[in-house]
Amino acid sequence: MELLRAEKLSLNLEGRQILKDLSLSVKSGTIHSILGTNAAGKSSLAYVLIGCCDYNPQCGKIYFLGKDITGYSIQKRAKIGMTLAWQEPARFEGLTVKDYISVGMREKKPGLVEESLHRVLLEPKEYLDRGVDKTLSGGERKRIELAAVFAMKPRLVILDEPDSGIDILALDNIINMIKELRSQGTTVLLITHREEVAKIADKTSLMCSGFIVEEGTPEEMGKYFKEKCIPCPTHFYQAEKDKEKVKEKK
Amino acid sequence: MQDYRRMLDVYAEAGGSPEAFKNSKVAHLVVHRNKVIGEHLVEGLDLKPRETASGVDIHLIVRKGAIIKYPVHLCFGVLPEEGIQEINIKVRVEDDSGIKLLAHCVFPNAVRVVHKMNADIEVGNNSYYEYDEVHFHGFEGGVEVIPKTKIRVGNNSRLVTNFSLIKGRVGYLDLDYDSEVLNNSSLEMTVKIYGYSDDIIKIKEAGRLIGKSSSGLIKSRVAVKDNAQSEIINELVASAENARGHVDCIEVIQGNAKARAVPIVNVTHELAKVTHEAAIGRVSKKQIETLMSRGLEEEKAIDLVVSGMLK
Repeated sequence: MELLRAEKLSLNLEGRQILKDLSLSVKSGTIHSILGTNAAGKSSLAYVLIGCCDYNPQCGKIYFLGKDITGYSIQKRAKIGMTLAWQEPARFEGLTVKDYISVGMREKKPGLVEESLHRVLLEPKEYLDRGVDKTLSGGERKRIELAAVFAMKPRLVILDEPDSGIDILALDNIINMIKELRSQGTTVLLITHREEVAKIADKTSLMCSGFIVEEGTPEEMGKYFKEKCIPCPTHFYQAEKDKEKVKEKK
Repeated sequence: MQDYRRMLDVYAEAGGSPEAFKNSKVAHLVVHRNKVIGEHLVEGLDLKPRETASGVDIHLIVRKGAIIKYPVHLCFGVLPEEGIQEINIKVRVEDDSGIKLLAHCVFPNAVRVVHKMNADIEVGNNSYYEYDEVHFHGFEGGVEVIPKTKIRVGNNSRLVTNFSLIKGRVGYLDLDYDSEVLNNSSLEMTVKIYGYSDDIIKIKEAGRLIGKSSSGLIKSRVAVKDNAQSEIINELVASAENARGHVDCIEVIQGNAKARAVPIVNVTHELAKVTHEAAIGRVSKKQIETLMSRGLEEEKAIDLVVSGMLK
């Protein structure tokens, strides 16, 4: 069954085309990875799908379980079961880890916050009362983000680079957790630029310069990525063009 | 007796613990307008209140070598709609001693109330002084709160103040703290205030790090909405070897509120260092969107961020 469908999404930000006629279909109960180099538009796609207010697509539609949700706010999308684990999660002064994880819990099950922390290898006793603030390292903050998603039990989670800032020892654990999300009934849209992370998916879409280049199994796409994307200079050219534009504006 | 009970009821509403007033190990002082309606002392502490025409003069001395084990509870307030209360307090924390004070200032029905506090605090050597002041105001906004404090911290000592006004309307607040810190001593002053309607908030906190290896932190967290206005002037002066300081000011505005922050950093010794950070603006969009992506409505998300900042 199709859970999420994006149809011909186009996003233009400050005169730059970020997404170009992008279409995507995500099946319920799967891990679907989006693999692409830096500046391919992966995070922008995540923001469009979740409904961030500065990321309204100029063209295209988004469907969730067949219903057009293109005009839905982030909060409304969360209410129907969508969420995003941010690549660089926000920090909150005065908000404890316990408060933060509890915010999204639809089911206030005793012990769920603690269980979620255990899943990401954080000791609840040490973390429950800590602030979700700048005293946490980047890796700790990312793990707490994943714990919050785990406790929320959404129908669909977009994980934006969940592996970035995570040390090698914790990476296996994060990968296991993503698989566990799937087994608890959460569909995962996994955004990454690392082939070894993308390969845990049931299906992979290869993204470049704002559109989906190719789709297939993670192995097929991994091969394509290594052979064609990594040597391809397109994204470097794009990055250079962006720098020039910034200079011109100044 | 009735005023005493009512004061303690409001004190409890303000987050205080009225049980402390029944505990013989805990010193306390309760002042309603210009009347001392409750007091209790413990060993090592001299506390002499004297009623005046418009308030109370207080001399508080922590004797040399005395560490006051439990926080001393103070409760100041004006219960009627109108009134004036002027508290003049002189604190002397003698060498090798320490004390923590928890003050609650309650004006639950204020329509036209003035509360002035003039404090002169001297902390000796090898000593500490911690002072938490929590305000509880009604919703009329008819309170003028004018606390002025001069502080001197001796050698190897520590001073911490926390001023919080987040329950009820601020009304008009004009806070002015000025402090001087000697060798190897530290100063930490924090204010947390939530203003709305047409509240006016003026904060001026200054720390002079004149002693070798002294340190200071001045921290402000203010949220204003509607037509409220706030102005924060935080000043740290470092004039001694290895003096270190930091000014940290965050103001969040919503609606037509106005906020101004002036961090003043003045360093006159080549081995001293003071840093500052100040941010004024609405609540971060990313914070709001993060909480909304967990299902919170925008208003609730903003409230959660602001209340966290003021916690």
